[in-house]
Formats: sequence, C-alpha cells, structure tokens
Amino acid sequence: MKIVVCVKQVPDSAARVVVEDGRVTWGDAPLVINPWDEYAVEAALLQSEAHDGSVTVATIGPESAKDALKHALAMGCGEAILISDAALTDIDSQGAAKVLAAAIQKIGEVDTAFFGRQAIDGDMGVTAAQTARALGWPMLSLVSKVLALDPGARTVRVSRATEEGQQLVDANLPCVMSVGKDIAEPRYPSFMGIRKASRAVIPTWSLADLGVPAPAAVVRWPELLNPPAREVKTEMITGASVQEIAETLVDKILAEKVL
Amino acid sequence: MDFTLTEEHRMVQQTVREFAEKEIAPIIKEQDRKQEMADFILPRMGELGILGICLPVRYGGQGMDYISLGLACEELEAVDSTLRVVMSVHMGLNSMALFQWADEAQKQRFLVPQARGEKIACFGLTEPGAGSDVAGITSTARREGGHYVLNGEKMWISLATKAHHALVVARTNTEAPDPHDGLSAFLVELDSPGVKTGDIHGKLGVRAGSTGWLAFQDVRVPVENRIGEEGEGFKIAMSCLDNGRYTVAAGATGLIRASVEASVRYANERKAFGRDIGRFQLVQQKIACMVQSYEAARLLYLRAGWMKNQGLRNTRETSLAKWFATDASFQAASEAIQVHGAYGYSDEYDVERYLRNAKGAVIYEGTSEIHQLMQAGYALGYRVDIPLRCELPAYDQAFWQEE
Repeated sequence: MKIVVCVKQVPDSAARVVVEDGRVTWGDAPLVINPWDEYAVEAALLQSEAHDGSVTVATIGPESAKDALKHALAMGCGEAILISDAALTDIDSQGAAKVLAAAIQKIGEVDTAFFGRQAIDGDMGVTAAQTARALGWPMLSLVSKVLALDPGARTVRVSRATEEGQQLVDANLPCVMSVGKDIAEPRYPSFMGIRKASRAVIPTWSLADLGVPAPAAVVRWPELLNPPAREVKTEMITGASVQEIAETLVDKILAEKVL
Repeated sequence: MDFTLTEEHRMVQQTVREFAEKEIAPIIKEQDRKQEMADFILPRMGELGILGICLPVRYGGQGMDYISLGLACEELEAVDSTLRVVMSVHMGLNSMALFQWADEAQKQRFLVPQARGEKIACFGLTEPGAGSDVAGITSTARREGGHYVLNGEKMWISLATKAHHALVVARTNTEAPDPHDGLSAFLVELDSPGVKTGDIHGKLGVRAGSTGWLAFQDVRVPVENRIGEEGEGFKIAMSCLDNGRYTVAAGATGLIRASVEASVRYANERKAFGRDIGRFQLVQQKIACMVQSYEAARLLYLRAGWMKNQGLRNTRETSLAKWFATDASFQAASEAIQVHGAYGYSDEYDVERYLRNAKGAVIYEGTSEIHQLMQAGYALGYRVDIPLRCELPAYDQAFWQEE
C-alpha cells in the first residue's frame, strides 16, 4: 500500500493577510503547513497503519517549503519530496495539478493520493480534482470517512460529507481523495518524528527530473483587493415608552431588510 | 555565539505549545475553580513523550536535550503553571536525579517506566518543620538488615497523590557531627505498606495541580532503593534542585510571556478617553518592563540549559535564572492585572490566575531570599561548588538517541 499526501505551505491562519501595491502580503507571520493538509496527512497515516503501507509527502515550493514537509515527517510520514523549480513560482492550480500528477507517477505504484480540501491561501479547492483528472484516476472529494479500503481487491468505499447528509461512494484504486475535518483529529508531531525529521535529507525534484514542461497558467489574477472596510453606523433610538422604542426598532429592522 | 534555536528545538516548542493550547487552555479555568487536576493530563503527557523528553531513548526517554526541556516548560507554563510543575517534580527533581545518581539496575527499574510515563514521580524533601533548612529534616531511615525503616512526614509535595515513586530524603545517621552528612536519598514506591498520602486544598495558586503530603510509618525500603551512598542525601537533594530550579525558571519565563501577550491583546482592544489604552505611556511602560523581563529571563534559563548540555556545573547560573524569572513573573502578572483594570481582578480573564500561580514559585525550590544569599555567597567568595561524585551527564546526541 503506497500512499502519497500532497501538502502546501501557507501563511499561518493567525496571520493578517492584506493586499499591498497589488501583491498579497502577510508581514513577518510564519509559514506553516496548510491546516487542511494536516487532516490529509492524518488520513494517509491512518490508512498506512491499517494496511502496513508507506506514506510519501510531496509539496511544490521554494527551499523553505521543506518546513511543511518536515512537519509531515514529524507526524509520521516516511519520506518527503520537494518539487522546486524557478518556472513554478506563479503557477495556478491546474499547473500545480499537472506537476503533482507527474510526481505521483514518478514515485510509481501509488494506490492513493490524499489532499486537504483546500489551501487556506488561494482557497481554490480544486487542485485535488485537477490532479485526479491529470492522472485519469477517480476523484473522491470531501471524504469524511474511509469505510473500507482493500489494496488487494483494488477497491475503496468512503463516506462523503454533503450539506444534505452523507453519501456512500465506491471507487477503484488508484484514486485521489480530498478530506475535511471529520476524517480524524491530526496527531501532533512526535518527539521521535521530530528527531527523524530534523535529520531527514529531502530530495528536490525539478521539472526536468519530472520530465514535464513548465505549465502555463490558464487562470490569472489581474487584480487583488482587500475586503471592503465595514462601515458601522450607530444610532440611538429614543422614544416616550418601551413600546414606542421597540416599534421604531422593528420598523428600522424591516426597512433595512434584516428580517 | 549562536542564539538561534535548532529546527528540532522549534518543533519541540511547537508540539508542546499545541498540546497545551488545544487540550489544556479550554479547561483550565474550570479545573482551577474545582481545585483539581484533570485526570487525563498525566497519561496524555506520558503518551506524548513529554514526561521523558530529555532522557536517552535507551532509558525510555525521547532523546532530546536539556534546552528542549526548558522550552517545553516555557510552553507549558504559558498556559498553566500546574503543567510545568509536573515537569519540575517528575523530571527535574526525580527522573534527572535517577539519571545522574542511580546505578544501572535502578535506572532500569525506576527511570525507564518514569521516562515512558508509566510511573509518575515526585520528590520528598520539605517537611512540616523543615523547608529552606534542609539540615533540619527529621524523617529517619533506620537500617535493619537488607532494609531501611522509614518514618516521618513530607509536606508541600507536588503530585503526592498522583505519583507512584517518590525520591525521599531522610536521616540515616542521627549522630553525624554535621547534620548535612546524616542524610540519604531513597526511591520509595508509594504503594508500600505504611505510606499514606493526601492533598492540600486552599492554596493561593496552582489550584489545578496536585499538592499534598506523604506520611511514612515504619515503611520498609529495600537497600537496593537507596540512591547514591549513605550520607550523600544532601548533595543529591541539592543536585535535584539544580534541575528542578531550571524547569521553574523556564516555566516562569513562560508565565511572563503569557502576561505580556494578554496585556498586549487587551491594550489593543480596550478603549479609554477615546483611544486604545495601549496609547497611554504608563500602560506602555508596564508592557515594556514585561518584555524586558521576558527576554532577560529567557536568556538566563537558556544559558543554564546550554551549560547542562555542555556538562558544566550550573548551580550558580540556574539559581540566578530561577530567582530572576520567578520574581519577574510575579511582577509581570501583577502589572498584567493592572493593565486589565477591574476585569483583570476577576477570573473572566487569565491574568489573576497568573498572579496566584506566580507566587508559589517565588517560595518553592529555594525562596528568592535563599537565591540572594547564594548569589551574594558566590560574589563574595564564601561559596564554592565542589565537584560531585556523579555529575549530570553532558548531552550527547548519539548516545541519547541510540535506540
């Protein structure tokens, strides 16, 4: 059972992310592993433990993205791969998917690739599906529970969380799964994992190593804007009686279409 | 000189911080009010490896260094002092003493289960009538063949009712010309017949922790449980304090940090006279002083941790770190309450708990007064540290991490 988990390094969720001069900035806030991806790592580790498998964690990013990989290694992943190339600086999710698919193929004989449901920076939430398409594999999105996975029979049954309820979905392996919070609480890095991660030598693969051309972006961001500043208006309602004040308040609420 | 933490240190810090913030912070107020330690804390700390953090893997530990222990204590006490107290007694005062002084058979019997968190450890030095005056200990251990018969009472013992093992200092020679030389140290299994334990309630602080007493009545302790030589008890106790005080210093540093963070948060949201209170210079002064003491306390404990890693004697430096950090933490918590005004005086905010918790550490493991005497003693040349028969081993990554 060979599992790959794809992660992304993003600004800390506590960081104040703003647009300055048309560029997104988060000041000196630290970069961390995408919180959703921690659930994906947990899901991968659970399956690996259940089926005596192995987990390789992969990311696209600069040298500093190794910190996100090391976090996953410290949680228990066996191996890590950094995909880094100057041509990958400004890629979109489809480009990322093509590169990740090539990496998954290069790793070889992968049974399942796990993703977090979305990255908290770009918030596209489509990289997993696009990777599945690039690989030609079934896509199981928003998996809340892996009910049965049989590496021998090459089948998987999952439960998907939808707004209306739960769906049971069957697919064949290999497949791509994206997971949400219900899958399991991510474990902390263990001290043994930390020791291993701090000593790990993480290989870097370039586009040439993957044998794929630099993906052209098919989606562009011509403009980035801060959310509009909220205007808060305060008005004291006065009246002769409580009844009158309440009636005035109700009229105003109705006029503002709050109710 | 290198002031950067290693990648390993930063990950240790992050893991312990996540544990404390996610699992303890949400319940701490309730536990503090109930004056009870939550049942899951000790097993969880054991499961996560925190209870064996700086001990070699071969002894059931996690193979990290002494600086990692300090960083963990800072993170734990930034959430609640009671978490750090666990490390002070289980690790600093007991397990590290076994690592330093116990023979190999004792390490296998006692240290390994402690490092794994299967057995919880405490430390019995203080008595109802003997605190700073260690030579005034009246508990006795009378040799009878292959056993010692232990009698006496120990007071203000953290984890007294939770622990399985206690490192107890008792008098083996009542005739010794210097009473310091009449003391010996024993690892007492607390399920032995004649041992009674109890909790003390009504403390000012560390209410979500466990503080209690141990009473021994004709407790038969096998000779194999004596740690070190007969008569070495005082030296062992003092070396325990070198390690315990280190954890207290690091923890108090965390309490200062928590006070700064709470004050900064509040100063940025509370308005008075039409602006954030952080804009007022007298509030700024309080925050500046907290930042100053945090940074200084941190440098002092990290130096002590570095010296432990190097295998250098650090009694003076650890005492200085403990004295400074605990006094400064009490001051920082008090000023944090002042920044919060009346809200800080209620338990709606955390800062009143910080103040109540900070006071204990100014008293235990050497009162601030004892540390001042020590520092003056070193400066005036009255006090010189004599090499110990067993020093705390210097950190050696290869030895520590070998499976």
